[in-house]
Amino acid sequence: MSSLIDFRTCPTTGLKVDRAAEKLIKANAVAAVVFLAIGGLFGLLVALTRWPAVHFLPADMFYLALTAHGLDVLLVWIIFFEMAVLYFASAILLNSRLAGPKWAWTGFGLMLSGALITNVAVLQGQSSVMFTSYVPMMAEPPFYLGIILFAVGALIGCGVFFGTLVVAKREKTYEGSVPLVTFGALTAAIIAVFTIASGAIILIPTLLWSLGLVSHIDPIIYKTIWWAMGHSSQQINVSAHVAVWYAIAAMVFGAKPLSEKVSRTAFLMYILFLQLASAHHMLVEPGFSSEWKIFNTSYAMYLAVLGSMVHGMTVPGSIEAAQRARGLTKGMFEWLRKAPWGNPAFAGMFMSLVFFGFIGGISGVVMGTEQINLIMHNTLYVPGHFHGTVVAGTTLAFMAITYILVPLIFRRELVLRKLATWQPYVFGIGVAGISVFMMGAGTLGVARRHWDMTFADAILPFDYPSAAFLMMGLNGIFAVMAALGGLMYVVIVVGSVFFGRKLAEDEKPSYPEVPPDSAAVGHYGSSESLKIPGTAFLVGIFFVAFVLYYFVNWKYLSEIWPLS
Amino acid sequence: MAITPPSERIWWRQPIARIELIWIIIAFTWGLIMFFMMIYWHGAGEQNLSNEAYQIKPQVFAKHAQDMIDEYQVREESGFPVVHPPPGSDVYLIARLWQWWPILELEKDQSYRLHLSSMDWQHGFSLQPVNINVQVHPGYEMVITVRPDRAGEFGVVCNEFCGIGHHMMVGKIYVVE
Ligand code: HEM
Ligand SMILES: [Cu+2]
Ligand SMILES: [Cu+2]
Repeated sequence: MSSLIDFRTCPTTGLKVDRAAEKLIKANAVAAVVFLAIGGLFGLLVALTRWPAVHFLPADMFYLALTAHGLDVLLVWIIFFEMAVLYFASAILLNSRLAGPKWAWTGFGLMLSGALITNVAVLQGQSSVMFTSYVPMMAEPPFYLGIILFAVGALIGCGVFFGTLVVAKREKTYEGSVPLVTFGALTAAIIAVFTIASGAIILIPTLLWSLGLVSHIDPIIYKTIWWAMGHSSQQINVSAHVAVWYAIAAMVFGAKPLSEKVSRTAFLMYILFLQLASAHHMLVEPGFSSEWKIFNTSYAMYLAVLGSMVHGMTVPGSIEAAQRARGLTKGMFEWLRKAPWGNPAFAGMFMSLVFFGFIGGISGVVMGTEQINLIMHNTLYVPGHFHGTVVAGTTLAFMAITYILVPLIFRRELVLRKLATWQPYVFGIGVAGISVFMMGAGTLGVARRHWDMTFADAILPFDYPSAAFLMMGLNGIFAVMAALGGLMYVVIVVGSVFFGRKLAEDEKPSYPEVPPDSAAVGHYGSSESLKIPGTAFLVGIFFVAFVLYYFVNWKYLSEIWPLS
Repeated sequence: MAITPPSERIWWRQPIARIELIWIIIAFTWGLIMFFMMIYWHGAGEQNLSNEAYQIKPQVFAKHAQDMIDEYQVREESGFPVVHPPPGSDVYLIARLWQWWPILELEKDQSYRLHLSSMDWQHGFSLQPVNINVQVHPGYEMVITVRPDRAGEFGVVCNEFCGIGHHMMVGKIYVVE
């Protein structure tokens, strides 16, 4: 059977590469980048409108752009890219053929048509309901239909991934257990199945309702099930980008996980403890008991958070161990100082790790605390938080690995390398800025999804404090920077894919460089001799920041009106 | 490496490094502390939701609110009735496209049972600058006991997107000495 498959041999890794898998990875990655470009542009328009001095779009266009932004980036960009990651982590890393490329193309086609249908529906203007589409606000039927098609396509992609694991196992294309990165991708795919099932349960009736075939959808039930999809899908993103961190650490440093057992268990926690984390979207809704909220946020969230905290140590720890094994042992931080900061794959990955932990991670746990949610729900704090997770974390990690995938999979040299060196910094710092300033504005009470923070057209006046206006101005400035970083990424990727020098069949790409002796780092990290003081120090800083910030917010909470 | 199968086939027997173990224990303990903190606050803290809620028809809720307005209206402001209900009573705030109706006047350091519900779509009750935020649904009535602890004029912003007039939906609560 496998003799009929068209393989080439990768000159860098020696792995067999199924050309069918390669084509699918390319198609999904290209679709992802196109939608990132569109969605990012909408994001810029939204941010410019929320910049009080600019106030760019009229109200109806603002709500339209915000709906399109949420859909195109959160759904379309990320999931297309995740499909590419799944195919890479299965067929390529396992040295196998892809199971059912025809199915994979069907899935791709459904996803693409779904994305286009929903985008057209939104652009027609009658479906500005935000990507959450809370009932009873109703969009046009194609809006829901497109999302459903997209989800079905993604489900097929997950099926192809599982099939490939089975094929690889049966055809014995690898020895022992699957690599850690594949394991992480498997976590993501399993969660995706749960996620898409929840999405179907709620979006199919909603589609029927918008067609007039169902008379009523309960808004609280809708929201609970919608977030079983919406929240779990964030856990897909986390699993996928953590897998990407490990992959980059391995490809740039030859880093080996400190302990396979710990890292794999941490991935497993994402599956075991996530299901009802949708609870933390329901903390201030009517009709839930505090017992339910506390149980479901903490059992489901803190153990999943534990998983992330473990990865947050083992990823930099494995880099430190690899660097030390290479002789960079001076002081606490020589390994980090002499890391390849000019390599966009590493720089992007490391910033993704730091920002995800410090900005997205801490704020998420704080906001997901039953009572503290009262002072944050639906303020700009919320988008501030998730730009820390899903943009500074996931998006930046995906950008980083693109710099490795373009030469390996597209077989093109990267163009505009100077620009590529800068790209992760411009994008990363821009996004860190919008995250922090939106969180700041939210702490001051500014509403999310809101066109006019001056309330000029309201009958009764209200003024936010002037500090809030300052925050939104700074948010605008950093949004321009983030958009610039996004544009740089798109230009570099598109430029390389179409105009980069073609690599010969047996030519190793020369950029981004891999440290010459990376292959030598095979055997370190026997547990007794493991020394990672730098990582321990960084993790200590993180922990102190986390604890302080957590209690500061209890302090803020204690200052509001007594409620019971 | 993380992109190749584990070098030791029996990887699950590898001992865990001490530093990893310490971090796992710290992180787990921290999770427990955060868990108990929420429970602790239910006893010791003053800011908790009662979670009292009912299903209710919008017309019924509107009628309760209208009865309150008829009984306790003290004046009018920009077309909104201003009501001053007695301390300890049930007060009703209607959310609808695109108003918080009516304007409430409460007394400082007195408790009120605040009822919230929507007539149409979802809205977000966002009391500013105090920064208390709860979700308001159609068909559900949420009851919160509030005790304003400072006097002044407060804005009620809508922070759930509710259509093209969302940014015009501002209400008001007065707290008097
Ligand atoms: C150029 C980079 C970006 C900028 C400047 C930007 C800016 C913004 C702003 C200002 C908001 C609106 C907040 C509000 O009014 O409620 C927003 C919302 C949002 N952004 Fe971004 N963003 C960017 C990239 C991304 C990316 C890459 C993702 C996802 C991977 C993302 C996901 C979202 C989501 C899900 C929302 C919420 C939409 C809603 O409330 O319905 N953004 N963004
Ligand atoms: Cu509203
Ligand atoms: Cu609103």
